[in-house]
Amino acid sequence: MSTNTLVNAPTLAQRARNIRRNALRMGEVQGQGYIAQALDISDVLAVAYFHAMRYRPEEPTWEDRDRLLLSNGHYAIALYAALIEAGIIPQTELETYGFDESRLPMSGMASYTPGMEMSGGSLGLGLSIAVGMGLGLKRKGSKSRVFTLFSDGELDEGSKWEAMMSAAHHKLDNLIAIIDVNNQQADGPSKQMMGFEPLVDKLEAFGWFVRRVDGNDLDAVVAAFDAASSHPQPQPRVIVADTLMGKGVPFLEQREKNHFIRVEAHEWKLALAELDAGDRS
Amino acid sequence: MKSAISATPGKPRLTTSAMIASIAAEGQKTKPAPFGHALVELARSRLEVVGLTADLGKYTDLHIFAREFPDRYYQMGMAEQLLYGAASGMAAEGFMPFATTYAVFASRRAYDFIHQTIAEEDRNVKIVCALPGLTSGYGPSHQAAEDLALFRAMPNMTVIDPCDALEIEQIVPAIAAHHGPVYMRLLRGQVPLVLDEYNYQFKLGKASLIRDGREVLIISSGIMTMRALEAAKELAGDGVDAAVLHVPTIKPLDHEAILREAGKPGRLVVVAENHTIIGGLGEAVAALLMRSGVHPAFRQIALPDEFLAAGALPTLHDRYGISTAEVARQIKWWLR
Repeated sequence: MSTNTLVNAPTLAQRARNIRRNALRMGEVQGQGYIAQALDISDVLAVAYFHAMRYRPEEPTWEDRDRLLLSNGHYAIALYAALIEAGIIPQTELETYGFDESRLPMSGMASYTPGMEMSGGSLGLGLSIAVGMGLGLKRKGSKSRVFTLFSDGELDEGSKWEAMMSAAHHKLDNLIAIIDVNNQQADGPSKQMMGFEPLVDKLEAFGWFVRRVDGNDLDAVVAAFDAASSHPQPQPRVIVADTLMGKGVPFLEQREKNHFIRVEAHEWKLALAELDAGDRS
Repeated sequence: MKSAISATPGKPRLTTSAMIASIAAEGQKTKPAPFGHALVELARSRLEVVGLTADLGKYTDLHIFAREFPDRYYQMGMAEQLLYGAASGMAAEGFMPFATTYAVFASRRAYDFIHQTIAEEDRNVKIVCALPGLTSGYGPSHQAAEDLALFRAMPNMTVIDPCDALEIEQIVPAIAAHHGPVYMRLLRGQVPLVLDEYNYQFKLGKASLIRDGREVLIISSGIMTMRALEAAKELAGDGVDAAVLHVPTIKPLDHEAILREAGKPGRLVVVAENHTIIGGLGEAVAALLMRSGVHPAFRQIALPDEFLAAGALPTLHDRYGISTAEVARQIKWWLR
């Protein structure tokens, strides 16, 4: 949780709604983007940034912060939306998303953006870096934790499983992984590209503490983060979040599922309107 | 199908194609594990130094460090992508990882991890790799003929090819003083000691004229500097006066020293490297000379663009033209 004490702090649902709105506005600015993924992961990011993680918005490199490594760099639009909501990136920069000279490139890179802890894009990197950070934090005697978000498609990468074994081997109880199971990758449904179920059994067999939840049920996500934080055994933790692409915007939820969904120019406003309508209902 | 290596008449036929083979000639002065001992020395004062390896601690001399600092030594298992990703993570937390494996595995298997998690983020990771170029008779799986080309092409990466034990001892503190990623070729085990006779001191990014001569300038790195110095002695016996410019830092290249020496009139310039003829020191020097309008007679001694054979190292070094005798023979042929 941010060290800023907020009076009348918005609810997690409001935070998630704001993250979705930020993402949609960036999508509108650029006319494209991995918007369906951003919408599916907004609830998880709301819980991460407004319930689970310690950080200082005004000091993104604060030594005692919890780190979040975005392994799936194409989710940058979602993380920027969360970083804007968290006050780490100014709201005004939203308009620069994807433009030349912007600090918000379409694929997340540590060298560009405050609060972006790694350069993703080449999928499968994040968990290995997280292992090193986890080892480093322990070596320093730090209480900070490493969160890393990656997608179900990344489970195809062998490096993920090297890192899974390593994290358990080194008993990294300061590492919390989040897997976005939206069942969609570049060439189609993830489970058809390379079957990864039974995922919970696999992860447990690799020595991890596992919680699998509906990633769009805020209460369930909060419970999963709490369980992952308080689990007493010296082992790494993973939250498997089953999510719905396009969540929160009904016409995008229902659109034929694609990795990179088409949104027509006039539809961005419509999407924002549907998001707000859903919030009022 | 590969052609069998034929025995040279009059030479004993060597039979070992072992993975690990000493590059020291019989009776040559050597020092044991110079990297391991130098790292221990460094780590006494630099508390941020940690050692990581992927199941090759013993074979990269990192076991010396592990013995001295067991709690600063991280065994990452036989997982090179993890090794370099984790090294990046430790560097992000303020540590200075020396992460070791064989050159083939760092340059070929873990390339993207080094590119994205270390080089792109300019992390302070020292990548130290044994069996560079043709220093294993085990075959292409362990012969890193293209490592310099691959790492030269990577932005932010400093690339170093040391000659001997003395230089390795000097490089360790020098790369620790440089903030940023470094790829260093490693000679391990009993490592030849050569440069102690030349009052040598390594400086990062600097070439060093180890020997002057009027007829030929050999520009070399790594063990080829040792071969060039031996060949120069042999050539002197035949009345050929050879200079040797040692270029241990492949990137950034010492333009000033190379242009100064190659620009001196009347000398054949020969670049000698333990690396494929594609993309290494030879082509780097050639491009520099062309760009700068310096056009001496120019030749390269390097490994051919092919998958190299398994076999005993002396046999292979003769076959591919990087043994002392072959270096001298080729230079005499070019000067005929």
